[in-house]
Amino acid sequence: MRKTRWTNVRESAIRAFFFTCGILTVLVLLGIFATLVATAVPAFRDITPSEFLLKTNWDPTSPEKAEYGILSMVVSTLMVTGGALLLAVPIGIGVASYLSDVAHWRVREILKPVVEILAGIPSVVVGFLGIVLFGPLIAKVFHTGHGLNAANGSVLLAIMALPTIISISEDALSAVPAAYGEASLALGASRWQTLVRVKLPAGLSGIIAATMLGMGRAIGETMTVLMATGNARSFPHGFLESVRTMTSGIAIELGEVPYYTTHYYALFAIGLVLFVMTFAVNMAADVVLRKYQEKER
Amino acid sequence: MKRTKLITFLTLALFGLGGLAAAERAKMIQVKGSDTMVNLVQILAEEYMGKNPGEAIAVLGGGSGTGITGLINQTCDIANSSREWKPKEIDQAWDKGVKPRHFVVAVDGLSVIVNEKNPIDQVTVAQVGALYRGEIKNWKAIGDYPKPVSLYGRQSNSGTYVFMQEFVLGNKNYSADMKEMNGNAQIIEGVLQDEGAVGYVGVGYLFDENGKVRKGLKILKVSKQPGGAGFMPTDKAAVDSGDYPIARPLYMATNGKPKANVGAFLAWISGAEGQAIVEREGFFPISPAHKAQNDKNLQ
Repeated sequence: MRKTRWTNVRESAIRAFFFTCGILTVLVLLGIFATLVATAVPAFRDITPSEFLLKTNWDPTSPEKAEYGILSMVVSTLMVTGGALLLAVPIGIGVASYLSDVAHWRVREILKPVVEILAGIPSVVVGFLGIVLFGPLIAKVFHTGHGLNAANGSVLLAIMALPTIISISEDALSAVPAAYGEASLALGASRWQTLVRVKLPAGLSGIIAATMLGMGRAIGETMTVLMATGNARSFPHGFLESVRTMTSGIAIELGEVPYYTTHYYALFAIGLVLFVMTFAVNMAADVVLRKYQEKER
Repeated sequence: MKRTKLITFLTLALFGLGGLAAAERAKMIQVKGSDTMVNLVQILAEEYMGKNPGEAIAVLGGGSGTGITGLINQTCDIANSSREWKPKEIDQAWDKGVKPRHFVVAVDGLSVIVNEKNPIDQVTVAQVGALYRGEIKNWKAIGDYPKPVSLYGRQSNSGTYVFMQEFVLGNKNYSADMKEMNGNAQIIEGVLQDEGAVGYVGVGYLFDENGKVRKGLKILKVSKQPGGAGFMPTDKAAVDSGDYPIARPLYMATNGKPKANVGAFLAWISGAEGQAIVEREGFFPISPAHKAQNDKNLQ
C-alpha cells in the first residue's frame, strides 16, 4: 500500500519534470520575443516604420544625418539565402536520392556520417574558405577584381545548408513505404520513373521540411557572411556586388553601439524583422505540409 | 560510494581552481580596444611580462569604440583607441563615475595602400577623401589607370574609420559601396587580390615579419596640396614634422589615476624600452611633450 503511494508520487514528479522541460522552451521563446519587441519598439519614437522598412540607406553614425533604412539589408539577406537554396536544394535532393535509392548500402554507411560531419564545421572556418578559396575563384571567373560578394556568401551558405537538407530528405525518402516502390516497379516503371514520380512526391513533405530547415540555417548565419560578402551598405544590383545582410549588420554594430540610443533600439528592430521573417517561413512550411498531408489521406 | 566521494572531491577541486583563477584575474591587467594597436600592445605586454615575472596582461582587439565602451562599463583596465574620445563618450564616462585619463603611447602614419599593379604613386588628402566619399569612381580621374575604384575600409566601431571620416572625408558620409572589413589585416588581404583596390591601415601593418613592406602592396605618397610634395607614412622625419598629413597619436586610457601595476606598465611603455619596441613594430615614438603629459597623468 505504502509502496504504491510512493510510486504514485514518483510518477507525478517525473511527469511534472518533463512537463516543465516541455513548457520551458515555450517560455524561452515567449521571453525572447517579448524582449525583442520591448527593445525594438522605442526605435520608432525617432524613425517612422515606413522609413525603416522602405529606405535603402543605413548610416546611423553618419556625421551628416543619421539614416535608418534597412531595405538594402533585407534584400541582401533574401538574395544570399535564395542563392544558397538555389544551389543547395537540387544538389541536396540529388544526394539524398542517391543515398536512399542508388548507393550500395556500404557506400551509404560511409557517406551518411561524412555528410553529418560536414554540418559540424564551424562557420568561421567556412568563412575563411570564402576569403582564401571561393573569393579569388569568383574574382577570376567573373573578372570582378574581388570575390567578396553575394555569390560567395551563397556558395558558402549552400555548403552549410547541405547537410541538413541531405540528411532530412534522405530520412523522408527512406520512410516512404517499400510497397509504393515495389508497386511502381511491378507496373513496369523504370527505377528512374519510380524515384521521380512515386518516391519523391511521396517524400515531398519531408523534403519541404528539409528545405525550410536549411533556409533557417542560411538566413540566420552570421559569421560566414560577415567574412565573405564584403559588407558594403549599398543596395545590391546583382550577385557579384558586395552586400551586407541583416545578421552581419547587427553583428558589426552591436558591439560598439552606445546603449539605450535610437541606434541601439534600431539594431533590435532589425532583429525583430529577422525573427518575423523566419517565423513566416516556418509558418508557410507548416501550412504547405498540412495541405499536402490532407491530400494524401 | 567511492564514486560519490570522487565526484565530491572533483567538484571541490574545480571550485578551488575557479577561485584561484578569479584571484588571478583580479590582478591581471585587461586591455581592450583598437585593432590598429592590438598587435603592438600585445608585443609590448609580452616583453613587459618577460621582464616582470608575476605580471599578467591580457590584450583584446575589437575596435576603439569597443575599448572605450569597455572602460566606461569597467570591463577593462586600459582602453586602446586610435582616435580621441568623443565628447559624448567622455560625458557617458563621467555619468558612470569613470574619469578617463589619456596616455599617448605611439604615433601612427595612417597609410593609404593600393595594389602593386596600380601605377599611381601619389595622391592628395582631398583625393583620398573624394575616393572614400564615392565621388571618384574610376582611377583615371587621378592617373593613367582606367579601372573602377574598389573601396576597402573598416567598420564603424573602428577608430581608424572615425579618424578618416573626420580628418580626410571632412565629416561626410563614406560611400555605401565601401566594403567594410573586420580589421587591418583583412583590408590588406583584399588590396593584395584586387587590382582596383584602395585601403587604409595603420603603418605597423605594412611590414612582414622580416620588417619589409608586404609583397604585392603599394604605399601611396600623400600630399597636402595638389602638386605639393608627397610623403610616405614610413618616413619618420615627415611624420614627426607633420609633413605627412594623416599622422595621428595612438591612445591608452585608464579610469582615473592608474592602479600601481597598470601605472608601471604605462610608464614602461612611455619610457625608452617601450618606445624602442614601438619603433621596431613600424610605428613612431612619442614626442617629449607627450611623454611629459603621460608622466603627469601617472601621478
